[in-house]
Amino acid sequence: MSLFTAILYVVLAPLVGGLISGLDRKISARMQGRIGPPILQPFYDVGKLFKKENLVVRRSQNMFMTFFVILSVFTGALFFAGGDLLLVIFALTLAGVFFVLGGYKSSSPYSFIGAQRETLQMMSYEPAIIIVAVAMFMVTGSFQVKDIVSYPRPLIMDLPGVFIAFLFILPIKFRKSPFDLATSHHAHQEIVKGITTEFSGRTLALIEIAHWYEYVFVLGVGYLFFANSVWVGLLMTFLIFELLLIIDNATARVRWQWMLVGSWGMAFLAGGVNIIFLMMRGYP
Amino acid sequence: MSSISKSPWVIHYDGSSCNGCDIEVLAALMPRFDVERFGVINTGNPKHADILLLTGSINEQNKPVVQNIYNQMPEPKVVLALGICATSGGIFRECYNVMGGADKAVPVDLYVPGCAIRPEAIIDAVVQALGILEKKRAAMNAAAV
Ligand code: SF4
Repeated sequence: MSLFTAILYVVLAPLVGGLISGLDRKISARMQGRIGPPILQPFYDVGKLFKKENLVVRRSQNMFMTFFVILSVFTGALFFAGGDLLLVIFALTLAGVFFVLGGYKSSSPYSFIGAQRETLQMMSYEPAIIIVAVAMFMVTGSFQVKDIVSYPRPLIMDLPGVFIAFLFILPIKFRKSPFDLATSHHAHQEIVKGITTEFSGRTLALIEIAHWYEYVFVLGVGYLFFANSVWVGLLMTFLIFELLLIIDNATARVRWQWMLVGSWGMAFLAGGVNIIFLMMRGYP
Repeated sequence: MSSISKSPWVIHYDGSSCNGCDIEVLAALMPRFDVERFGVINTGNPKHADILLLTGSINEQNKPVVQNIYNQMPEPKVVLALGICATSGGIFRECYNVMGGADKAVPVDLYVPGCAIRPEAIIDAVVQALGILEKKRAAMNAAAV
């Protein structure tokens, strides 16, 4: 856990994230009784987008997206370098803010609606993520990812409630049903394309790659719950991903009120009760 | 084959027609034919699309709409006229308000007749359109150098 893993993340995460996204599309297609695209399809898509013309409403909208990409990479790199979990959350939020600003900047009604919904989504997942960080601190006595990973017991034993709260917000970060309000990968025609409506060509490709970085980062947070053994951790991360796909294909989109109430409720009920137990037990 | 022909994203617009071809396009996009096998995605957003599927004929009212969609698509792009209405105006050709086929509004790359056009023909047309996309991309490269 050091600079080395951070560099490894920056180099490998697009590959892994792209494969995850390809697997996602393949498995989803199979669940719907289709053959589905090749696993490498996301790479073809991004490759194509790099070859297309880059149309903009305003040139500055691309600048915001560039910051979004840089900060997404930074968030993950900091996390995989074993850095401070709180700082990681700040960077994550900042990346999200730039994404939303880019949507507002392109001043189309569709990206406006998308940006508003993205803001709601950020509001929904933020408490749960902070509770994850706080609860991990209460158990391990450190906000540093490198200390959390080397904690001898699997964190899930102490944090089952927090884990449930984390699972609940996972579809938001993966932009999946039932919380795919802002921009969805499957329902391709709703509010046109949300925030990314006015983006094309290279910028759209970069946004896609930033999402891949995010996928790997979010699954990395899931891995922390099982981090004491590498293989169990990887297996569980894969199972989390599978669960996500099943939920995605089995549910319909909910209204934003439900998303907000649901994820806050989960964070404060499951996560909060868990934290109260930890406090009663006493922590290092 | 480069990545450009492996990920054709389409947008669909129906002009003045009986909506037969319109329905056929939607039928071609359904899970049974599963065009996502070829990477085809129905975007509904001209800025993300590579291929414009036009059905139905052009009249005074929808001409600016079609042109607007066309102009918003980033290069390289391909336009397919699907069904006899879009190729020439078809049975609506003599109507007082109809101007003719899709080429009255935008440059068309492929004409695919049929009344109504069959999903197989649509998929075949899209696959042929990939070749045209590839050529246009090469032309873009040549112009850029
Ligand atoms: S070509 Fe025939 S089926 Fe298609 S829109 Fe025209 S009249 Fe309808």
